[in-house]
Amino acid sequence: MITKENIKKIIVKKPLTLDCGKIINNYPIAYETYGTLNEKKDNAILAFHALTGDQFVSGTNPITNKSGWWSYAVGPGKAIDTKKFFVICANVIGGCMGSYGPDSIDPTTNKTLGTNFPVITINDMVNAQYNLLEFFKIDQLFCITGGSMGGMQVLQFVANYPDKAKTAIPIACTASHSAQNIALNELGRQAIMADQNWNKGNYFNTNLSPDKGLAIARMAAHITYLSKKGLQEKFGRKLQERDDLKFSFDADFQIESYLRHQGSVFVDRFDANSYLYITRAMDYFDLIKQYNGNLSEAFKTSKTKFFIISFTSDWLYPTSENKEIVIALNSAGADVGFIEITSDKGHDSFLLDVPDFLKSIKKFLEANY
Amino acid sequence: MKKEFKIISQLIENNTRVLDVGCGDGTLMKHLKENKNIDTRGLEISKNNVQTCIGKGLAVIEGNAEKDLQQFPNLSFDYVVLSQTLQAFYSPEKVIDDLLKVANKAIVTIPNFGYWKVRIHLLFKGTMPITKNLPDEWYNTPNLHMCTIKDFFNFCSKKNIKLYKSIALHEQKTSTINKINLNFKNLFSELGIFLIEK
Repeated sequence: MITKENIKKIIVKKPLTLDCGKIINNYPIAYETYGTLNEKKDNAILAFHALTGDQFVSGTNPITNKSGWWSYAVGPGKAIDTKKFFVICANVIGGCMGSYGPDSIDPTTNKTLGTNFPVITINDMVNAQYNLLEFFKIDQLFCITGGSMGGMQVLQFVANYPDKAKTAIPIACTASHSAQNIALNELGRQAIMADQNWNKGNYFNTNLSPDKGLAIARMAAHITYLSKKGLQEKFGRKLQERDDLKFSFDADFQIESYLRHQGSVFVDRFDANSYLYITRAMDYFDLIKQYNGNLSEAFKTSKTKFFIISFTSDWLYPTSENKEIVIALNSAGADVGFIEITSDKGHDSFLLDVPDFLKSIKKFLEANY
Repeated sequence: MKKEFKIISQLIENNTRVLDVGCGDGTLMKHLKENKNIDTRGLEISKNNVQTCIGKGLAVIEGNAEKDLQQFPNLSFDYVVLSQTLQAFYSPEKVIDDLLKVANKAIVTIPNFGYWKVRIHLLFKGTMPITKNLPDEWYNTPNLHMCTIKDFFNFCSKKNIKLYKSIALHEQKTSTINKINLNFKNLFSELGIFLIEK
């Protein structure tokens, strides 16, 4: 049986200087693969996960026993066809599925790191995962892809390693976290930190965990992943297992019950400190600033072929922000395609069964392989 | 591939950079890429067409020429192609202006409203003309600013736009349009193809 202790991981010996200045080495990167790497090693796709994802892209996640986060897109015969491609996904550093993160043990004290874990960035995550290419002896990936924070990693990867990906599909993302994005993340972080059980991050030794805070953070975030229209169509004002209002603060409405459920199942699989660190990394993400205000400079030397995808109802990373990336790529003379997929499912569209979206990815990959 | 695209393709030099505005299903782009070693980009308003182009491995961006031409840096292409869509814009004048900002040369084709069949239709039937190149009814046509070959010819001289080549197309036959035969060509051509430069 796969447990958190025996999931696949590499231990990276090579020191990595983080953006905060701290140097890390001998740290684990947990990963999973799907499909087979061919002899020429030209069929590898590196998928980057979003805020609360992990390395278990497809099939059944052995830890949570739920479907992998991108099961609609990745698998045999699917848009990212694992009969054809070798899909690699790693848990980001800062995460809580086996990679180096705040739930890692500090060997000098034998205690969990908690908030002694360094503040990491998207750049750090990408640089850490780059070691997987060396591990698999892959000279160039056929494609790198990911949605939301995964898309940010795609952009950073091309900027850092301009000749290491033949194609790139950043989905529903941005080159620079907006004030609204930061505000929403801060709401989540404050909910966690306001939970007394958080105990300044040192809850592993107390047998209590900030479940309430983390659940609220998840509830708030979940709303941002959906669209107003999607919510209205799915829930409307429908009541939860009752015929009339109860004149109380119970979950009268289905949407309340749904959010509470989302919050409660999330705390079983996710670490509150990881949530703080990863949202921080997203907030710090500003590829435009990294290139002194000119995003096209980030892609200037790259030959990577891009396909940018956004969704009509995504208000978290709206089409306009995705188009900024397209404009920068055009300015750099890059090879870029772009499509805005019509969907009422909000930001979450990239994780769901949206046929037009899945068809677009499939066509792009097939045309370029 | 239709005759119009063959003529456009002949107007474009090999090994150049071309932006196809309103590239449709990418037929012209694919031809230019495969036969003339041309680095092509496309701008297309229909999601369906964008998807088809992506499936052909073409670099196509979903967008509207009236808003999205500005995203391309000045003179980032050698040619920009606009096939039979000029009449569908709110401001054809501005679009022509933008086209000549992103590329040195523009190839613009227009369905000729001065064609005799169009004139006869309006003159005798008294209703808005419907022809092979103008298949829609007045109430559902995307065309807002129909013009004739003569109109476009005059527009270019008024705006100081150089007309490098003016080609008339009629029933698969091509001929050159000049000042002398302008009235004649304006009456007997279905399509005008113009290579212009600012």
